[in-house]
Amino acid sequence: MTVASPTDFEPQGLQPQGWLKYFSFSLDHKVIGLQYLVTGFIFYFIGGALAGVIRTELASPISDFVSRETYNEVLTLHGTVMIFLWIVPVVNGAFGNYLIPFYVGARDMAFPRLNAVAFWLIPPAGILLIASYFVAGGAAQSGWTAYPPLSLSTPAIGQVIWILSVLLLGGSSIFGGINFIATILKLRRPGLKLMQLPMYCWAMLGTSILVVLSTPVLAGTLILLSFDIIAHTGFFNPALGGNVVVYQHLFWFYSHPAVYIMVLPAFGLVSEILPIHARKPLFGYTTMVYSILAIVVLGLIVWAHHMFTSGTPPWMRLFFTIATSFIAVPTGIKFFNWLATLWGGKLALNSAMLFSCGFIINFVFGGITGVALAQVPFDIHVHDTYFVVAHFHYIVYGGTVFVIFASVYHWYPKFTGRMLNEDLGRLHFLLTFIGFNLCFTPQHWLGLNGMPRRVAEYDPSFTTLNQVSSVGALLMAISTLPFLINVIWSAYAGEIAGDNPWNALTPEWLTASPPPVENWLGEAPLVTHPYDYGIPEGKIDLRVASGADLWFGGKR
Amino acid sequence: MTSLAPGSPNPAGAAVSAQPTSQAHGTSAHAADDHGGHVDARLFGLATFLVADGMTFAGFFAAYLTFRAVNPLPADSSYELELILPTINTALLVISSFTFHRAGSNLRSGNQSACRSWLLGTVALGVAFLAGQMVEYFNLPFGLTDNLFASTFYALTGFHGLHVTLGVICILIVWWQARQGGRISQHDHFGLEAAELYWHFVDGIWVVLYGILYLL
Ligand code: HEM
Ligand SMILES: [Cu+2]
Repeated sequence: MTVASPTDFEPQGLQPQGWLKYFSFSLDHKVIGLQYLVTGFIFYFIGGALAGVIRTELASPISDFVSRETYNEVLTLHGTVMIFLWIVPVVNGAFGNYLIPFYVGARDMAFPRLNAVAFWLIPPAGILLIASYFVAGGAAQSGWTAYPPLSLSTPAIGQVIWILSVLLLGGSSIFGGINFIATILKLRRPGLKLMQLPMYCWAMLGTSILVVLSTPVLAGTLILLSFDIIAHTGFFNPALGGNVVVYQHLFWFYSHPAVYIMVLPAFGLVSEILPIHARKPLFGYTTMVYSILAIVVLGLIVWAHHMFTSGTPPWMRLFFTIATSFIAVPTGIKFFNWLATLWGGKLALNSAMLFSCGFIINFVFGGITGVALAQVPFDIHVHDTYFVVAHFHYIVYGGTVFVIFASVYHWYPKFTGRMLNEDLGRLHFLLTFIGFNLCFTPQHWLGLNGMPRRVAEYDPSFTTLNQVSSVGALLMAISTLPFLINVIWSAYAGEIAGDNPWNALTPEWLTASPPPVENWLGEAPLVTHPYDYGIPEGKIDLRVASGADLWFGGKR
Repeated sequence: MTSLAPGSPNPAGAAVSAQPTSQAHGTSAHAADDHGGHVDARLFGLATFLVADGMTFAGFFAAYLTFRAVNPLPADSSYELELILPTINTALLVISSFTFHRAGSNLRSGNQSACRSWLLGTVALGVAFLAGQMVEYFNLPFGLTDNLFASTFYALTGFHGLHVTLGVICILIVWWQARQGGRISQHDHFGLEAAELYWHFVDGIWVVLYGILYLL
């Protein structure tokens, strides 16, 4: 295996060099991936500051830190930024663009130009959204769900800008999805079979199918909503003979799959990280693939579990309860596969591994509350309370955000050619894990006892737990400091990583760090067994690393 | 994923190998912008996009059907739609799918000028459809915001009409490129095939739309 070293390669004129290239309309999938990543992190910090405002307000039962209207605007912006500008672009756009071409053995995505366009839709959409805070009437106030009739009666300009921004981001997401599907299905290196692909490819294939099938429905719905606001049609306006429940159905037809758009790629990323740092093959590859496909199918038919209290008829409640409960089966299979991958492995307890384990713990907790919420008698009790807030933060933050951090620790050496500092990384993990659980565990109790979500004021009996939650949020904010210091400092002074610091087998590690413009100097390697770890450390010979001999390695 | 027989110490076809293939850059996606030598996924990409576009329509259709089921029409009969014009329009679009198909087969058999004529015929049918749609709009007894049915009617037909307009523009571009030679020719007909796929899609959507909006 010849691995390129950066010095003997000068990609003259193919793309701007140095920092400049990250601000240019580059067609290189690696540059675009990093553009997504950095942009995503900028919006993460904006969304985090907004969360800080929310938790400061909620530290006391009366509305004192900001006005009620401002609270609603901040809440809406927080949700929208975190979902559409942070999670979705980063787990799909950033890691997908960086890794998928490597994994399929290609030199770029199927449609590089479309890819760049998809990325460049994001900054204007984000700026538009944030700027809406400063227009007359302020930003949208109706939450990330924009339910009518609320969204029809709150200030119109902010709501229309919100719709426009989400439409742009949805378009970006659809373009990305088309590109991923075409790349995975059409651009595979000759000889590479579907069932030999690294798991993240399967996750991205499933995710992209959901993106392509469900995002357009959201787009259509929001166009109708904007007609209601601008042209005074009555699609969703009961006063004009319209029907609000139809909006909810259409919205959740996108937004339940959207939760899988946010978490399936994270499943894929952990499945890449765990085998490498546990030095064991990924357990149950085939069941993992079928679980992903099952989640894609089931994920499209469970949306009305968000609508149990919207006058949903009994047969519909029954159907959606059963379908939702079924989703726990493929999800559980994946959970046990990860545990089995770790079982008996030679675990390296580095930051990537710690964040991955944190993900497993948090995600299973959020999954269990999810199954509980799917049961109508329970959901009627806690719907629109803080219990739901706790549930989805366990999934989205405890699950996906933890995986994003694990992935940054894991792939930073490939992105930059330098290692991150492990001590700072572990400190980051500790603070994040404690802060996260401190922030969101109490919210289960608050919800069970009836504290409604999305309201700036609450019953004074809830004060103590809300303050605990706010302290947790403060810890989470502090936890980003070691991370920020780490990524900036290591970029200049980190230990040199070399091509393959983790002794990994997946193709992105079989080239230089950072990789040359077209990924490999020579022919793309044909990696048919990406997870065959298991022989004693140091004895892995990448030229022959394959099959059962590795799996039984030293023992046979 | 352990596929090797036990005991084979250093199997042939090792998992990680860098076997050079015969062609220089093989069929891997080499700088996917030059179209020489690598898989052309453009029609596949377009088809995927049309699935997405179709889902937008599916959402609109689902909304319309639910409105019909749950929010019944006003009692008076002004919402009975006139059938003759839309039926003629449907026929025009269906015929235009065949004319477009003829354009394609003529191009592939090298008959450029016949291809261009069939393309123009298709454009004429598309424009006639749009004109018919306009006539219908101006003769309807209701306006956009009159009631739920009216709004849905205009939203569905308007969104589809936008697609037809875009399709007509695309066909004109293809026709222009075919006239210039160069970009559209017997051996390079991606542009024509893409426009054709899109046009068939728009036709198919109309047939469904006609069924649920006018016949149901
Ligand atoms: C896979 C990752 C998941 C994510 C990202 C996620 C996210 C969310 C979000 C954002 C909400 C609240 C939406 C809102 O009302 O604004 C929610 C609610 C809900 N989730 Fe999840 N969820 C996930 C997994 C699950 C699972 C596995 C189940 C069940 C097996 C589940 C069941 C529910 C139910 C029933 C609700 C509705 C609660 C209510 O509004 O009363 N979720 N989820
Ligand atoms: Cu859901």
